Amino acid sequence: MTEKVNTAPATLGAPIVVANDVHVDYRTHASGKALSNGGSLFKRQSGIRLVHALKGVSFEVREGESVGVIGHNGSGKSTLMRTIAGLTTATKGAVYAASRPALLGVNAALMPDLSGEKNVLLGMLAMGHSKAESTEQFDEIVEFSGLAEFIDLPMKTYSSGMQARLRFSIAVSRDHQILLVDEALAVGDKAFRDKSEQRIRDLRDQAGTVFLVSHSMRSIKDTCTRVLWIDHGNLLMDGDPAEVVKAYEDSK
Amino acid sequence: MRRCTRLRGARLVKNIDYEKIAADAGLERVGARPPLRAYLAELWERRHFAYTLAGYRIRATMSENRLGLGWIVIRPIFTAIIFGTIFGVVMPKGSRPENFIPFLVVGVFTFEFFSKSFSAGSKAITSNASLVRSLNFPRMLLPLASVMQQVFELIPIIAVMALIVAVTGEPVTWSWLLVPVVFAIMTTFNLGVALVSARLTVHLRDVTQIIPLLTRILFYSSGIFYSLDKVLKNKPDWMLTLADANPISIFLKLVRAQMVEGNVVTARDWVIVVVAAVLLLVIGVIFFWRAEERYGRD
Repeated sequence: MTEKVNTAPATLGAPIVVANDVHVDYRTHASGKALSNGGSLFKRQSGIRLVHALKGVSFEVREGESVGVIGHNGSGKSTLMRTIAGLTTATKGAVYAASRPALLGVNAALMPDLSGEKNVLLGMLAMGHSKAESTEQFDEIVEFSGLAEFIDLPMKTYSSGMQARLRFSIAVSRDHQILLVDEALAVGDKAFRDKSEQRIRDLRDQAGTVFLVSHSMRSIKDTCTRVLWIDHGNLLMDGDPAEVVKAYEDSK
Repeated sequence: MRRCTRLRGARLVKNIDYEKIAADAGLERVGARPPLRAYLAELWERRHFAYTLAGYRIRATMSENRLGLGWIVIRPIFTAIIFGTIFGVVMPKGSRPENFIPFLVVGVFTFEFFSKSFSAGSKAITSNASLVRSLNFPRMLLPLASVMQQVFELIPIIAVMALIVAVTGEPVTWSWLLVPVVFAIMTTFNLGVALVSARLTVHLRDVTQIIPLLTRILFYSSGIFYSLDKVLKNKPDWMLTLADANPISIFLKLVRAQMVEGNVVTARDWVIVVVAAVLLLVIGVIFFWRAEERYGRD
C-alpha cells in the first residue's frame, strides 16, 4: 500500500496535483464551556480557539487518476478540497497544480435571493466564461440540471437537492483539468446521481483528474482509482480503493 | 494507528521531496496571488461578473418591496425632509445658507452616495463568504460590484436631485453638465475607500461597528445642512482650514457650485479631490490585492 504512494503505475501521466505538508489552522470564537473566563467582556480574546483542521498532508496525484477522499465528519476533507482549490490558503506547506482546480461543494448557495437563471449566469461569469459563452451554454446547463420549470424562482426556494443539482450543472459546463467534487453527488436523486457520475467519468477520460469526497462507499469504488483516508487532519491511508475502503469500514 | 505509523515510517525512509516533484513537473502553487498587473488584467477580463452582479442585486433587493426602485430616491428625500425640518428650526438663522432647500438636498443626496458606498464596500467580502468559499475569481470584483451598484442607483438620484433643485427656482445652466464629472471623481474616491474598508473588515469584524460612527461624524462635519464658512467665521482659522481639506465636504461644494447659486469653488478644490481620489484608489487597490490569499480563510 505504501508503495502505491511513491511509485505510480506506468500508465499514469505527469504529476498534476502535489500537496506538500499542508497545514490549515482556523481561528474561531468558542463559546459556552470552552469560554472559561467567566464571560468577562474584556477577556474575549481567550474565547478564540485555534482549530487545526489539517496537520501536514502530503501526496502526489498524476494525470488521469480519480481520487476518492473519505473520513468521518469533521476530519478535514472539505478543508482539504478548499485548499486544493486555492480558496483557503494553507497556513504551512502548499498545494501545487498544473491548472486552477475547480471545486464543487454542497454548502455553497451562490446568491439565494436571485433566481436560478441569474445564478447560472453569475456562476459562469465568475468561473471566467465570457458573456457570449454564458448565454450560449445556458440552455445546455439548465437542461442538464433538469430544473427548467423552476429556473425563474429564487434559489432560496430550492430544496438542497435542487440547489446541488444546479451548482453541479454549472460547474461541469466547463471542461476542467482538475475537478474537486465535495459530496455534491449525495444530494441529487438516483437518476441525477447516475448522470453526474457518468459526467465525472467522462471528465476523467478526457485526461482530467477528479477528486471525489463522498460518504457513499459505492460511489467511491465505482468512480475512483485511488483513495485517501483523512482522519483528524492526518492522511491515514492512501492507496487502492478496495483496500482503503475496507480498512475504513473495519475501523468503525 | 498501526497503519498510520506505517505510512509515516515509509515516508520518512523514502523522504519524498514533494517540493521538487512539483517544480520538475512545472506545477504552480494554487491560490498564489498573481502579480498586480496580471491581477488587474484578470479583473478586467471578468468585469462582466461585477457588472451583472451589481445589476441583479439592485433588482433582488428592490423586488421584495412594493415601491421597488422607488426607495432608492425616497430614502434620501426623507432624510432631506427630516434634516431640513429639524435643523431649519433648531439651527440659528445665521448658520443657514441662502437657498436652503437646494443646498440641503444636494448635500444629503451627494453624501448618501459616499456613505452607501462606504458601508456596502466594507461588507463586500464578509457578506459574500459563501461565494468566496466556492468560486475562484479576483476578490476585488466584489467591492467593485458594490460600488457599481451605488453608481447605478445614483442615476435616478441625480435625476430627482436635479428636479428638486430646478423646482425650487435655481436656474438650469450649462454648468450642470459638470455634475457627472464631479460624481465620476467621487466614484474613484469611493472605490478606494471601499477597497480599504473591505480588507479591514476581513481582519477585524469590529470595523463594521465603527463605520456608522465614522459616517455620522463625517455627516455632521461636512457642512450638509449648514454652511461651513458661516459657522466657522468667528472661530480660529485652523478650524476652517481643516474643514476645507475634507474631500467629502469639497465634493458637496463642487456639486453645489454647479447647481446652486451663491456657491463658489476654486481650482484648489478640484485639485484636492482629484489628488485624493487617485491616491485613495491606488492605495486601495494595492492594499486590497496584497491580502488576496487571506479572503477565503475565515
